[in-house]
Amino acid sequence: MASMRDIKRRRVSIQNTEQITKAMKLVSTVKLQKSRTKAENSKPYFNMMYQTVSSLLARSGNIEHRYLKAGDSRKVAVIAITSNRGLAGGYNNNIIRMVMGDERFPSDRTVIYSIGNKGKDGFARKGYEIAGDYPEVIEEPVYQDASDITKVVLDSFEKGEIGEIYLAYTTFKNTVSQVPTLLKLLPVEAGEEGQGERKETLMNYEPNEDLVLDQLVPKYMSSMIYGALLESVASENGARMTAMDSATSNAEEMIEELSLQYNRARQGSITQELTEIIAGANAIS
Amino acid sequence: MAEMMKLKVITPERNFYDGEASMVEFTTTEGDIGIYKDHIPLTAIVAPGVLTIHEPEGKREAALISGFAEILPDGVTILAEVAEWPDEIDYSRAQEAKERAERRLQEKAPNLDVARAELALKRALVRLDMRK
Repeated sequence: MASMRDIKRRRVSIQNTEQITKAMKLVSTVKLQKSRTKAENSKPYFNMMYQTVSSLLARSGNIEHRYLKAGDSRKVAVIAITSNRGLAGGYNNNIIRMVMGDERFPSDRTVIYSIGNKGKDGFARKGYEIAGDYPEVIEEPVYQDASDITKVVLDSFEKGEIGEIYLAYTTFKNTVSQVPTLLKLLPVEAGEEGQGERKETLMNYEPNEDLVLDQLVPKYMSSMIYGALLESVASENGARMTAMDSATSNAEEMIEELSLQYNRARQGSITQELTEIIAGANAIS
Repeated sequence: MAEMMKLKVITPERNFYDGEASMVEFTTTEGDIGIYKDHIPLTAIVAPGVLTIHEPEGKREAALISGFAEILPDGVTILAEVAEWPDEIDYSRAQEAKERAERRLQEKAPNLDVARAELALKRALVRLDMRK
């Protein structure tokens, strides 16, 4: 049986850990509330943009446009959104695993545009090429960041360096459930809905199709990235909160068990001392 | 009175406007347009300008900086990157931006991005316009 001192030392160390996890949980709870409202406020725009663009393309018939067909390059780009900090349960790993497990993304012809350090490190370790790295964006996402990234990625798409662009992020379902999601950004796929009877009303473009799509697609991409950023931040905090919550309750459980052990050891040592004294007294008399 | 149609103005940060209007006016890259109900389906790019919403109670104005509009017979959806009501605009910042852009355009530095400076000037002017 471990000595009283060992048990005590162990218990104190777990108590310290518990304090840390508790504090982290509180912090991420507050952050979660903030990021959640932000994500919810932007959701209508995000959804509307997706709907508008896909129904637009469905209705506009067959237009030839460089953003609507895959580039010649066999390389695919993945914009992966992860966090800069760990201790968020499976949050970062889920993204990395999702991308790696997909046969569309073999490491030799996939380039990663990474938002968040954890993802960058993870992908780099697995031998992926990191074409862009934006760790600071995830701290406080603003729309401008999303359009900056869009510009860089679109540039290499136009130059023919990459043929397809995907976005990997985590959808925020609720506090306990976050789902890693993969979204194809380019070439834009015509939406399924609205393809039936609405197809008759042909869309007009002003000034013309090409110019509108030239402007629309980058805006579409930036808003998709921006929405994904906000959702990912909310998911990160949600994941961290749940992870820290279970860490705290685990610590509590361990402390309880160690307290029991400690008290038993204490009682044992007292009993032993008593028996020794009594035995000694008996021996003298 | 003209028939009412649905109007939605959405920005990345919030639902800017959601309601019914008899007419909507705004600026596209091709010039100012006004839209009534039953307009032909049209997608246009928004240029910096004033968005005027004609409601039964009167007109409401807002600054619309960029984005695009999807016009359908039964309503208009404007996906704006930036949209502001008059009382939300930071006029001193807009004033500064205007002066900065004007100075840039006058100096005509060799590496000047004229289109960008002009756009900045236009944005500032639209914002300042709202102060009436």
